[in-house]
Amino acid sequence: IDYTGVSSDSPCYNCAKNFTWNTTEPCVCTVNFTLLQPNVFMYYGLSNFYQNHRRYVKSRDDRQLNGDLSALTDPSKECEPYRKSGDVSIAPCGAIANSLFNDTLVLYYVDSNNSKIEVPLVKKGIAWWTDKHVKFRNPAGNSNLTLAFQDTAKPVNWAKPVYELDPSDPDNNGFINEDFIVWMRTAALPTFRKLYRIIQKKSGTTPTLPNGNYMLNITYNYPVLSFDGRKRMILSTISWMGGKNPFLGIAYITVGSICFFLGVVLLIIHHKYDNRNTSADIPS
Amino acid sequence: MDSEREGPLILVECHLCVGEENWVDSRTIYIGHKEPPPGTEAFIQQRFPDNRIVSSKYTFWNFIPKNMFEQFRRVANFYFLIIFLVQLIIDTPTSPVTSGLPLFFVITVTAIKQGYEDWLRHKADNAVNQCSVHVVHHGKVVRKQSRKLRVGDVVLVKEDETFPCDLILLSSSRDDGTCFVTTASLDGESSHKTYYAVQETKAYNTEKEVDTIHATIECEQPQPDLYKFVGRINIYMTNEPVARPLGSENLLLRGATLKNTEYIYAVVIYTGMETKMALNYQSKSQKRSAVEKSMNAYLVVYLCILISKALINTALKYVWQSDPNKDEPFYNQKTEVERQRHLIRAFTDFLAFMVLFNYIIPVSMYVTVEMQKFLGSYFIMWDDEMFDEELGERAVVNTSDLNEELGQVEYVFTDKTGTLTENNMEFIECCVDGHVYVPHAICNGQVMPGAAGMDMIDSSPGPAAREHEELFFRALCLCHTVQVKEEDTVDGIKHGIHQGKSTSFYISSSPDEVALVEGMKRLGFTYLRLKDGQMEILNREDEVEKFELLDVLTFDSVRRRMSVIVRATGEVYLFCKGADSSIFPRVISGKVDQVRARVEQNAVEGLRTLCVAYRSLSPEQYEEVFQLLNRAKLALQDRDKQLAEAYDLIEKDLILLGATAVEDRLQEKAADTIESLHKAGIKVWVLTGDKMETAAATCYASKLFHRNTQILELTTKRTEEQSLHDVLFELSRTVLRQHGGMTRDTFSELSGDCTDYGLIIDGATLSAVMRPGQEGSNSGNYKEKFLEICRNCSAVLCCRMAPLQKAQIVKLIKASEEHPITLAIGDGANDVSMILEAHVGIGIMGKEGRQAVRNSDYAIPKFKHLKKMLLVHGHYYYIRISELVQYFFYKNVCFIFPQFLYQFFCGFSQQPLYDTAYLTLYNISFTSLPILLYSLIEQHINMDILKKDPCLYRDIAKNSLLRWPTFIYWTVLGVYDAIVMFFGAYFLFDNTTFTSNGQMFGNWTFGTLVFTVLVFTVTFKLALDTHYWTWINHFVIWGSLIFFVVFSLLWGGIIWPFLNYQRMYYVFMQMLSSGPAWLSIILLITASLLPDVVKKVIWRTLWPTTTERIQGQLSEFTPLASLHAPSKGSSHRRGSENQRNPRRSEPFTKKVMFTRWQKAPDYCTFTPLLRFADSSRHSRQGYNYSGAGPETSV
Repeated sequence: IDYTGVSSDSPCYNCAKNFTWNTTEPCVCTVNFTLLQPNVFMYYGLSNFYQNHRRYVKSRDDRQLNGDLSALTDPSKECEPYRKSGDVSIAPCGAIANSLFNDTLVLYYVDSNNSKIEVPLVKKGIAWWTDKHVKFRNPAGNSNLTLAFQDTAKPVNWAKPVYELDPSDPDNNGFINEDFIVWMRTAALPTFRKLYRIIQKKSGTTPTLPNGNYMLNITYNYPVLSFDGRKRMILSTISWMGGKNPFLGIAYITVGSICFFLGVVLLIIHHKYDNRNTSADIPS
Repeated sequence: MDSEREGPLILVECHLCVGEENWVDSRTIYIGHKEPPPGTEAFIQQRFPDNRIVSSKYTFWNFIPKNMFEQFRRVANFYFLIIFLVQLIIDTPTSPVTSGLPLFFVITVTAIKQGYEDWLRHKADNAVNQCSVHVVHHGKVVRKQSRKLRVGDVVLVKEDETFPCDLILLSSSRDDGTCFVTTASLDGESSHKTYYAVQETKAYNTEKEVDTIHATIECEQPQPDLYKFVGRINIYMTNEPVARPLGSENLLLRGATLKNTEYIYAVVIYTGMETKMALNYQSKSQKRSAVEKSMNAYLVVYLCILISKALINTALKYVWQSDPNKDEPFYNQKTEVERQRHLIRAFTDFLAFMVLFNYIIPVSMYVTVEMQKFLGSYFIMWDDEMFDEELGERAVVNTSDLNEELGQVEYVFTDKTGTLTENNMEFIECCVDGHVYVPHAICNGQVMPGAAGMDMIDSSPGPAAREHEELFFRALCLCHTVQVKEEDTVDGIKHGIHQGKSTSFYISSSPDEVALVEGMKRLGFTYLRLKDGQMEILNREDEVEKFELLDVLTFDSVRRRMSVIVRATGEVYLFCKGADSSIFPRVISGKVDQVRARVEQNAVEGLRTLCVAYRSLSPEQYEEVFQLLNRAKLALQDRDKQLAEAYDLIEKDLILLGATAVEDRLQEKAADTIESLHKAGIKVWVLTGDKMETAAATCYASKLFHRNTQILELTTKRTEEQSLHDVLFELSRTVLRQHGGMTRDTFSELSGDCTDYGLIIDGATLSAVMRPGQEGSNSGNYKEKFLEICRNCSAVLCCRMAPLQKAQIVKLIKASEEHPITLAIGDGANDVSMILEAHVGIGIMGKEGRQAVRNSDYAIPKFKHLKKMLLVHGHYYYIRISELVQYFFYKNVCFIFPQFLYQFFCGFSQQPLYDTAYLTLYNISFTSLPILLYSLIEQHINMDILKKDPCLYRDIAKNSLLRWPTFIYWTVLGVYDAIVMFFGAYFLFDNTTFTSNGQMFGNWTFGTLVFTVLVFTVTFKLALDTHYWTWINHFVIWGSLIFFVVFSLLWGGIIWPFLNYQRMYYVFMQMLSSGPAWLSIILLITASLLPDVVKKVIWRTLWPTTTERIQGQLSEFTPLASLHAPSKGSSHRRGSENQRNPRRSEPFTKKVMFTRWQKAPDYCTFTPLLRFADSSRHSRQGYNYSGAGPETSV
């Protein structure tokens, strides 16, 4: 669902228009939609966002993210110009971290009597297991994250420092915050989607998301209009084969039929050629 | 005492000689460093280098800078260096390691190799420079290190010692002042040559005496010609200085070895780097192969592609960046520094793109090509079929750069003697005044003293004839330069001969002479030896006749004759023997006509004929001759010319005695070889110094000319009748008419055979044709006409050729319009010029010494080996290298083009698609070994078939596999594959989830997916092209794929502490854990390979080349079930192995073509080993293969 708010009839139009970085009060807009199938995975998608730009891709410090203490206070040069804020080094440094997607999406189910029931969104398990447990680590030596990050500054665009990304859950805070990890895995193409939340299947036969009307509540923080970008929320189910992927199917059918067609053609050619060949061989 | 009186005289004379000749290029040497008698101080002592030999290139200090300089002079290395430097200086997408590491590796390996070679040279130099030499110093023999020898030293050399520098022989242990020397290490001639001391000094044969010699030597400055030396020795013996000539017969060359002589004294004249051997060291000019040339052309094309790609991207980048929101969105701002450098930014951007795409021209290609050539050349050396048991020699490869050129030969220039023929002379008959004598006992080399067996075909010769006959035989016994070699020492001669033991045999530089002398032996006249200027002959009555040898007028190829002047019991005779053409004009009496008839008859039979004549000289005449010769010999300048003139004056008014005929048998399978070469579309030219008739006979015998070949003659005989102009035009008309006729009925092969033309041309006419005429344009016309005729003749015979003319002809053909590849083959020194001139020079290890072998690119023991060399090895090498070159470009297009496409999706930011490790290792380890192995052992057709069917050679003629269409096909294929891979991955990644847990992949996964598809596609493509599967192929191809997978797992499996980024961490594993990734990899590989397979099948069936037709007859294409699922495929394959004759019926899935040789049961039949085939089978196959190795040259 495109909630960027380009056209004036979009509910987020005002939020998009009146955006400034220094608002303290988040702009909230609400989009109504109807959901027909039962879906499980919730993504946010961005378009025209060059996460694969070279300057952007390399603007990170993997040592810092791995909890290296020296890198925490002295990040790699690659992080420029998001390396230091004043004299204090930024944690996490770099352009990728700085531009962390910070819209908050909340999904509500509007049941028959128009009351909103919040759909429970699970925010764990959205990042690669290896990333969360090996590649990303909070600075060692201090269990209190506030103290661990005390010599660092928050990224310029962030509203709150890294140790407050998810204060409710210490396993999901700091560098090992899964939203953060997901964002740090730079996308291959300018139009991409990232896993935002998982809506877990309920026990029994009840569908994960019952048919009916839903409401998406968006805390609109992330500006994309400046570079002509788009934001979307995607809900998708996944099979063992991954998500819906029409291309693979079409491609298989196409290649298969081309092969079959060629097979028939070549069979015919082969038969013709075979006759000619044997007759031509006799004199020699 | 007397010198006071003598002084002015000498001065005058010496001033005279200096003033007279006024040559700057001379040096004066004082023997034993003794000042000449006063008065001669006019000479300034020249400075000569010491006797140090320096063949090494580097010293310890200059090795690194000099070697680096030499290596970076190569364009490719320089290019890579620049790329590396650019990466170091500016901020580039890839780390400098990616290009620095391979470059560093290549440079280091080359430097180590060169350093090692140079170290060996240093060692050899030191060994030579430090070996001790005996020097006569103040009447005593002193040991000295070789490098301390100085010009003017007198040295003592003992038997079997090698001369430390160029020496002038002063005296020897033999009374006659001669010594025997073998120059085997110089020119390979193992025969003993005799060198002479100057008459005046030969008596000084103890060190004390030698020390008293008072003489100066004047000689020319060092020259590289081994066989020329001009000098003069002034000996101050008693009162007046005696001047004696010095020639090459006095000069002992460095590198030669003293034989059969106890010791000699000699004076040093050239030292160190000025010796003739050192001057001859100069390396041969580099020959470049046609493949290399096309490779360079391709490189230029790719460089252009590279630059244009970089330019396009730079331009687009700036277009894209013009929007500041795109250039610098809020999430991705530039640093201050980046903002400021706007001006030079464009240029560095361009360079950065260059760096990003530079892998399209890989360092590794040069390495691989070099390695392929180097290792490939061993197959020629290892080839057992090219091993000659008689000589115990294998083929030798001197230059491995030209391997593939062997597959491109269009013209073969061959020498006749020793090449087509065995050069094993056998005396057949002689003819004295028309009477023919044939020794009935043909026992080659077996000497039976006193065996007077001979058949008189013409009976009852009269007394006059009898006299002539005896004279003839004596003439043959005397007129030669044969040496007698005994098993025993010198003193054993008398002993051996007197006991009638035949321990002696003859040695000569010319096999004809040996044959003649041996023939004479069978006819009863045995040449015993040359002693004290006396030639001894054992005649039929077992009496020893002695002749005093007065002078030898040596043989040369211009005069084509030689003479000796002997004195026998007061009378002086001149015996002359030579080619008929050079003797007949000088004959004044004798039965010329009868002899001529016989000679011509013999020549037609393919025998080599020589005529013998004599002239008796009166004492006055002899005196005159003697003067004439001496004057010529004394001349310092133009001595050769003067000698030739003198010889010309002397050898006249001859009386013809008779003629001899010597047979030179054809080499085995020479005819077969020539026929095959003909069938292979190669034009064979015979260039020989022989007579036209003899040469033509050989040509018929060797099937160069067939019965139905129409012979066109372009010889002096004809040109005497008509003008050269007319003859040429007439011939060209004939040939062209035939040519026109050919086109009319091209399809009828028979008519093509009928109108086969052969051309015979002789040296004189050729020089007339080649002569740059005064008429200017007209002569050019001649040349063109001549070329036109030659091109339309299937065989050309050029007789009466001088060595230089041979080279001229080769040059002429080389320079003609089509620039055909020429090959020259020969065995003698006279073929060297031609061997050096041709694209490929082949030497035959024949009897005329090793000079040809040393100067050749390849050397083979026999002419018949040429067939295998060209038809099999040449063909293979060409196929291999062309595939290698094309494949290399193809795989790098596949590699880099996705990178280029990716720039369009990442804002032209030079973001690399692949990880650094992949960029670096792609060419080094993931894809290099299979192609290297392919290029070493690919045999698209069985060797025997190639040999049996020379027509296959035509398939690859004219660089057909490396022409632009093929190149473009490969490039387009590469681009297609790249597009399939990139956009396939693009559409798969576009807006879908790949994994089963909903997690997303990043850009590195994208790159890894593309890269995985790339490696597999490129490797499978090679597997499709491979026809010859051995276990090594399987091992390497599947091994490198497995290596790639293992490497990727490892690379992503660990947090590498030395890297400051962990972008690849678990990327590969995550990718493999997703189903769609597997499906897409398989799909994309299939789609990439499909067009090539289809193209191949269609071409093969609709327009097969001869090669493919033969492949089709021999092998089957087994459609293997897909490669999609290896496990499934394996069962299919096993199934299809059992089916004897699977048709090409199911081509719609991917096919692996593999070849089974069914016609040759002794050949290893091998089944395609599967990727995970059981190891026991592996090892068994391996055994089979290593067993068959040498024979099949695997």
